[in-house]
Amino acid sequence: MSQLTVLERLEILADAAKYDASCASSGTEKRNSKGGKGVGSTEGMGICHAYAPDGRCISLLKILLTNHCVFDCHYCINRKSSNVRRARFSPQEVVDLTLSFYRRNYIEGLFLSSGIVKSSSHTMEQLIEVARILREEHDFRGYIHLKTIPEADPELVARAGLYADRVSINVELPTVAGLTRLAPDKSAPQIEGAMGSLNEAIVEAKDARKRFRHAPKFAPAGQSTQMIVGADAATDADIVGRASTLYDRFRLRRVYYSAFSPIPDASAVLPLKRPPLMREHRLYQSDWLMRFYGYAPHEVQQAAGNDGMLPLDIDPKLAWALRFRGDFPVDVNRAPRERLLRVPGLGVKAVNALVAARRQRRLRLADVGKLTVSLTKVRPFIITEDWRPVLLTDRADLRRLVTPTARGTQLELFA
Amino acid sequence: MKHSLNPVPAQVFRISLAAPDDFEGWRDAARHMIRASIAADRIVWESPSDQTVDLFAQGERNLPSAPADTLQPRASRDFLQLAQSVMLHSDIERFSLMYRTLCRLQSRPRLMEDKADPDVRRMEDLARQVRRDIHKMRAFVRFRAVDESGSEHYVAWFEPEHHILRANAGFFVRRFTTMRWSILTPRGTLHWDGDRLQEGPPATRADAPSGDPVEALWRSYYASIFNPARLKVGAMLKEMPRKYWKNLPEAALIPELIAGAQAREAQMVKAGGQDFGDRPQSLNAIGEGILACRRCDIGCNGTRAVMGEGPQSAALMIVGEQPGDVEEEQGRPFVGPAGQLLRAHLESAGIADRRAYVTNAVKHFKFTPQGKRRLHQNPSAREIDVCRWWLDGERALVRPRIVLALGASAARSLLGKTVSVQKARGVPHVLDDGSELWITTHPSYLLRLQDQGRAEEETKFASGLRKVSVRLSEMSQ
Repeated sequence: MSQLTVLERLEILADAAKYDASCASSGTEKRNSKGGKGVGSTEGMGICHAYAPDGRCISLLKILLTNHCVFDCHYCINRKSSNVRRARFSPQEVVDLTLSFYRRNYIEGLFLSSGIVKSSSHTMEQLIEVARILREEHDFRGYIHLKTIPEADPELVARAGLYADRVSINVELPTVAGLTRLAPDKSAPQIEGAMGSLNEAIVEAKDARKRFRHAPKFAPAGQSTQMIVGADAATDADIVGRASTLYDRFRLRRVYYSAFSPIPDASAVLPLKRPPLMREHRLYQSDWLMRFYGYAPHEVQQAAGNDGMLPLDIDPKLAWALRFRGDFPVDVNRAPRERLLRVPGLGVKAVNALVAARRQRRLRLADVGKLTVSLTKVRPFIITEDWRPVLLTDRADLRRLVTPTARGTQLELFA
Repeated sequence: MKHSLNPVPAQVFRISLAAPDDFEGWRDAARHMIRASIAADRIVWESPSDQTVDLFAQGERNLPSAPADTLQPRASRDFLQLAQSVMLHSDIERFSLMYRTLCRLQSRPRLMEDKADPDVRRMEDLARQVRRDIHKMRAFVRFRAVDESGSEHYVAWFEPEHHILRANAGFFVRRFTTMRWSILTPRGTLHWDGDRLQEGPPATRADAPSGDPVEALWRSYYASIFNPARLKVGAMLKEMPRKYWKNLPEAALIPELIAGAQAREAQMVKAGGQDFGDRPQSLNAIGEGILACRRCDIGCNGTRAVMGEGPQSAALMIVGEQPGDVEEEQGRPFVGPAGQLLRAHLESAGIADRRAYVTNAVKHFKFTPQGKRRLHQNPSAREIDVCRWWLDGERALVRPRIVLALGASAARSLLGKTVSVQKARGVPHVLDDGSELWITTHPSYLLRLQDQGRAEEETKFASGLRKVSVRLSEMSQ
């Protein structure tokens, strides 16, 4: 076989990596390259250096070390039985690519994953070697995200955290039945076991850092995971429940959702209908509700219909409000912050601004209008100095009044 | 009664700042003017890049003296923080906006908390635009490496919208401390030699290098990481507006990526899982369906599809790999040499084959012609997966309690993964519908073995069938 050039392999191995949704480079410790031998800095907020026409942020060089794989997961483009072109990079080649991209300010760092070659532990060793060369030989201080292989030796998984800012293991599918059917080589207990030990290592290292300043850092940006939406029978309520369990049990920073998308040379076992991209969006919104708006998982599940699915045409917060109209209207001048956060159309920023401003004076509808995008959406749910929605909250056609017109369907034109 | 307005036109003062981002200068002047009780509309502010076009606004350059006994004006911390960002905006009105707000702050110390106040809101807006510009500069500066006497010099051309260059220098110093770099902009330049930061005069695009070989790699990365099945142009434009494109090497690809996306997605869908429609409601419908099935290469090779056979109420389903030469000719499963061997073993295991439903994982015969003979070829994993649709249909209708898979292809068709027959045989596996799967070798494998090896394998085969027979009678009790 003729040797592929770096460019050709980059094409293959970036193409193979694009089904991982995460490209985040936020939330790690602050550091810079002053006094060092290499380049790199992280300042809390990650930077998106480019956006692809799929609207996704390109923050990291996201590639696989190799797309050869001994596993045969049906949803995966790199599965053993797929006919994609195969390629591999040596650890040094990945290091060189990362550095030359970083020096030109194309990226914040590296997100490295891999197909499984030889054995899980061998593959994990190779991934760690890339991170080690970057950190130790080049004193690279940018961001590193390593995808961890749950089947690998736990000691290796623990070593990954010493070099990486973030480690992640994909739970892949929200249900065990889905995993058995679509990822027959993977095991749910094994994945959760590995997430559990990563969590322990992260907590332990944080604790040690409190007492010993020079204790080694371990994955300062924590761990995250990803699940595929729409490839098995799980409902939105199932997925929300699963995500919240994962957040609780493993203190995950993020759960990423990836609407199952057509892949080249897909397995015949996959479902034929792809879920609407909007479904993924609604799940992210529900994730936000739990993380920033103080909703309990069962409350988000209440926003779903009887079939367990979140509505596609309106966001889950509005759906919840329409179900629990008795909780509204909320008095902008008096209600506690938590109640204001439940008002559809009011974000965290707007609520903070309202709370600060009402210390100054009584707020009127026009004041709220200045701080929100759409007053139409907010109005039925609030009381201000000069406004009280006498009948609105009880109107049967309220949903129609506050539903953004046909936006959901328009987005689907491209689906 | 209040004092009437001064009939003499109020004196206008002109204040020149040293630079458009000279916050110290603005603050000193503003403090002084507040102490001298000069209203905002009586001050014209200017800087080297903020020149008023108003010819009549000459204004007095000598500032009025402030009474000695007035207090220093006060500014809250959030005002100062916000004002430092607003200062960097390119809007010439920013100086008076800041001054007017500072004046109002003297009588309303908590004014800045009133986020709905028009002046506060305007300041917040300007500050937001500045912060965004700072962020976008960090994101979209693209260095190009120039080889200068053995060491690399990284040079970038960037066009910021606001006066953020100096404020943003620290970020690039912290990130690229060990590199030698320059950032050239129409508003000024920054040069870092690994040790010291120097500022220079405005530059033009022609001063910057025109290319870098690494950009080819970056462009191909950009094109490859894009998923054409999730086109969301609006989301991209929101964060990467067109005005930045001209200085981004990857942006030139965007139009063709968008244009090709739908075709690429359609291609993927076509090559991927295929729409078989609704599940057939009868075995006859499946039999007709497979005759017309052209969803894989075997289906298209012109052979006759072979349907399963046996009672629909069978408790046992036996699944082979695919029809062979004889089966294809006769159109019936397991009528060739392997089928005869299977029948003999079923007999001696006490499973009368009349009671079993026999079928194959793949319904067409895959072969390579050699002279007049047709040599059997293993179906690929993909071909098995495609044909699984039909087998799943048969299983749903027959609903056997035990499925016996003969060989690796049959096992894959039922488990969805490739397993080693030798490792998986001899124990039951539970299938998703609750039925039991037993796996053993394919009888044609036995036919290929000789002497000792054949005898050993046949013993194992027979014992496997006996276990199935025992389970069958256990279940029927």
